[in-house]
Amino acid sequence: MKLTLRALLKSPWVFHLSTGSCNNCDIEILDCLTPRFDIERFGMLLAPSIKHADILLVTGSCNRKSVIRLKRLYEQAPKPCLVVAIGECSMSRGIFIHSYNCPLPLDKIIPVDAYIPGCPPKPEAIISGAVKLIQKIKGTL
Amino acid sequence: MAKSVIPIGPYHPLQEEPEFFTLTVDGETVVDIDIQIGYNHRGIEKLSERKTFDQSTFVIERICGICSTNHPFAYTRAVEDIIQVEVPERAKYIRTIIAEGERIHSHLLWLGLAGHFLGYNTVYMWVWKLREEILDVMEILSGNRNSYAMFKPGGVRRDINAEDIPLVIKKIDSIIPTLTRLKKAIIDDPVLHARLKGIGILTKQEAIDYCALGPTSRASGVARDVRKDAPYGAYDRVEWDMIVTENGDVFDKVVVRILEMYESIKIVKTCLQNLPDGEIDLNIKDIPPGEGIGAAEAPRGETFHYVRSDGTNRPARHKVRAPTFMNLPTCKTTVIGETVSDATIILAGVDPCYCCTERMAVRSIKGKKLYNGQDLIRLSQEKTETIKKKMGIK
Ligand code: SF4
Repeated sequence: MKLTLRALLKSPWVFHLSTGSCNNCDIEILDCLTPRFDIERFGMLLAPSIKHADILLVTGSCNRKSVIRLKRLYEQAPKPCLVVAIGECSMSRGIFIHSYNCPLPLDKIIPVDAYIPGCPPKPEAIISGAVKLIQKIKGTL
Repeated sequence: MAKSVIPIGPYHPLQEEPEFFTLTVDGETVVDIDIQIGYNHRGIEKLSERKTFDQSTFVIERICGICSTNHPFAYTRAVEDIIQVEVPERAKYIRTIIAEGERIHSHLLWLGLAGHFLGYNTVYMWVWKLREEILDVMEILSGNRNSYAMFKPGGVRRDINAEDIPLVIKKIDSIIPTLTRLKKAIIDDPVLHARLKGIGILTKQEAIDYCALGPTSRASGVARDVRKDAPYGAYDRVEWDMIVTENGDVFDKVVVRILEMYESIKIVKTCLQNLPDGEIDLNIKDIPPGEGIGAAEAPRGETFHYVRSDGTNRPARHKVRAPTFMNLPTCKTTVIGETVSDATIILAGVDPCYCCTERMAVRSIKGKKLYNGQDLIRLSQEKTETIKKKMGIK
């Protein structure tokens, strides 16, 4: 494993980006950070800017207006940057699949490392997804 | 000093819908504000026309994850308006219970984030912890934490089990002490008084002129609430009060929301205790051609739906008007003239899905970056600190 990647796993900072979601997924992400679930005990922290983040959490169905911003943010992210698609919307566009404003699913736009299904996924699912991602990179999964 | 432009948004890491505000500032004072939206557009009205009346409720629910009850509520009422039917009594009660549970969790969510912006992170964590209790209650009642999928034209999809009711009532009662503590901590806090009183005032006349809705208008003394004015569901069967305050500043908006939670708790409890027996669904098969309207009081104000049917099993036209659409423009009057460090909380006061503030950045006209979003929240938090110091509170 590359040193940069190993350093990243100690305390992965996440940045959260909503590309046309219904908020539910976004709120569940925030829920993970509050006392009941407290994902901070794994060293995960919400980063204020993508330039400080190691993991990009994407929710929502990538609509035409936000896709431009999504690409720009991904380019700005320091690499290696892991991308996690949270919720049905960002995996396959979910219920919005027939919408005229959501032309492509997320993984056709930027590479995605992990998918967390659910509409919205429960905080437990998000935490377990994060843990699996870390295990996968460590090669223990 | 030259005027500077502050773009806020469209993305911010804390939550919710991307919206893009541009503040023009002169020194410390905001002189103009502009709003751009559309980062969240998913073509829901068009999507709804592709689905059957029954399937549409699921799309409508996903307009907003926080108001995932009130949109279906207004939509199903619109469809029932076309057919001219009354839903069974038990269904009305169940709908009311779910809608009020949602109001509690939505107001708690807002309160937490407002706390964060003021530098009261303890409030943020506390309130969100409390909110989990309500989500548990909703999970017991409907099977889901959010997006309850309880509504369908003609009734509700799931019944409430009689054996769940005592547990739910116990859980709801258990949040009252914490809520009261929170209320005291917020309403009696001299620092918050100094920080929030008299900023971002929306006068009664302005609230009427802008057609402000929900808590935003009720804080300005406009006593309007769909639940009282044109009762639906079981709202006319239970005792509750409409909370109205006079000043229209951010503090009053906080107060209205906190007190409304108590009313919601009261409504949920009474409804659960008096849940009538009977059918929960009318099993509507055909929807005749016609037009219908439906309104519901969402946590942020009145949601309004219009549905036209042409006799097929899909809506021919579906129009949605969400409350933030009316409330957001009020920041034209409330933010202008205030300082930059107050802008965050005033925008927050409307409770739009506002929270783009962490990606805020202050730029001078030449485009040089002066502050970014973190700095602005820091400014807001520092102002609270300064006030605390002046008052000699640690
Ligand atoms: S996956 Fe579901 S809950 Fe998440 S943003 Fe999309 S519609 Fe909302």
